[in-house]
Amino acid sequence: MNQIRKKRLYNILLVSLFSVSGISLILYSLNSNLDYFFTPTELKEQNISSDKRIKIGGMVLEGSVFRNDSNISFTVTDYESFVKVEFKGIVPDLFQEGSGVVALGYLNDEVFYAEEVLAKHDENYMPPNIEINNDS
Amino acid sequence: MIKKFIHQFASPKTYLYQVNRFYPYIFYSSLVIYIISLIWGLFFTPEDFVQGNSYRIIYLHVPASFLSQSLYLAMAVASVTYLVWRVKLAAYLIIAIAPIGAMTTFIALISGSIWGIPTWGTWWQWDARITSTLILFIMYLGLISLHNSFSNFEKADKLTSWLVIIGAVNIPIIKKSVDWWSTLHQSASITLTEKPTIDVLMLYPLIGSIIGFLGLITCLVLTSSKYQILIREKTKSWIRDYV
Repeated sequence: MNQIRKKRLYNILLVSLFSVSGISLILYSLNSNLDYFFTPTELKEQNISSDKRIKIGGMVLEGSVFRNDSNISFTVTDYESFVKVEFKGIVPDLFQEGSGVVALGYLNDEVFYAEEVLAKHDENYMPPNIEINNDS
Repeated sequence: MIKKFIHQFASPKTYLYQVNRFYPYIFYSSLVIYIISLIWGLFFTPEDFVQGNSYRIIYLHVPASFLSQSLYLAMAVASVTYLVWRVKLAAYLIIAIAPIGAMTTFIALISGSIWGIPTWGTWWQWDARITSTLILFIMYLGLISLHNSFSNFEKADKLTSWLVIIGAVNIPIIKKSVDWWSTLHQSASITLTEKPTIDVLMLYPLIGSIIGFLGLITCLVLTSSKYQILIREKTKSWIRDYV
């Protein structure tokens, strides 16, 4: 490779290095702000004021769903901590016990009052007759 | 010998004639593969145990998302080739790929939104995966308009190549977004290191649809690059013979 081409290649490497390190710094400083939701454990660790609109995410604890008219209450868990959620409205079809959920709303006295509930689908795709045999 | 082959192939003339020779084979075989995979995926695979039938959009969404990122990487390779070796064909390829990359990214975003409505209960959320894919889409559009904003082709090629290289940092971010941050979008079902978490009955048509879609998009890129060559080399004498 001749000198000019070598120099051009070094220039490209230098520019990519700057680009990568710049973006890495931005991402590093934003880090947890880029998270789409808080897990129940993160919620316990951080003091979040009750007037701040946040999202929490995790699994719907088995046997925790209670319905009363259009009110629904359930517990979101990451299997370490638990948060009780109250919601009035229609939940997505895929909302069910033992599967992922994301709720948007306010935390007040350990209870999360949700304005919106979304179902989170995981990476498992399988026919109905096959038992789930992963350990997650 | 390899050097000679590359030199020959990098000449727009040889490229054009070789593309014309292989084009029909690539086009018809990938069309057949994609149609078979689609029919297989849509009618002959079982329903998903939670999503029911709505998961079948995977046979469009996954190939489109895969291609939206792969095409950008292809542009990045072409950019380096152009900036270091000043291969004209590489510059033509960058601007030939950009609109097709924008199109596949758009398909990925739209099909994802359509899937999101019955699955998540929303068609749009600002999570890391969806947002970084939207940035990719905007970047494709930005590259196209940057290239169009110059009347001097050489200047346009150089600046566009630099921007492609700088923006390439977004690709690993899109790929790893679901692992680095909590997102609404699920993590990958097919990885190089682990067993796929999608059942084999659904996996085979998915792989087929990725290969078929790849071939079809390649054909679009080839056609688009032929168009670029015809525009940019229109003053050359061999073009007159070709046309």
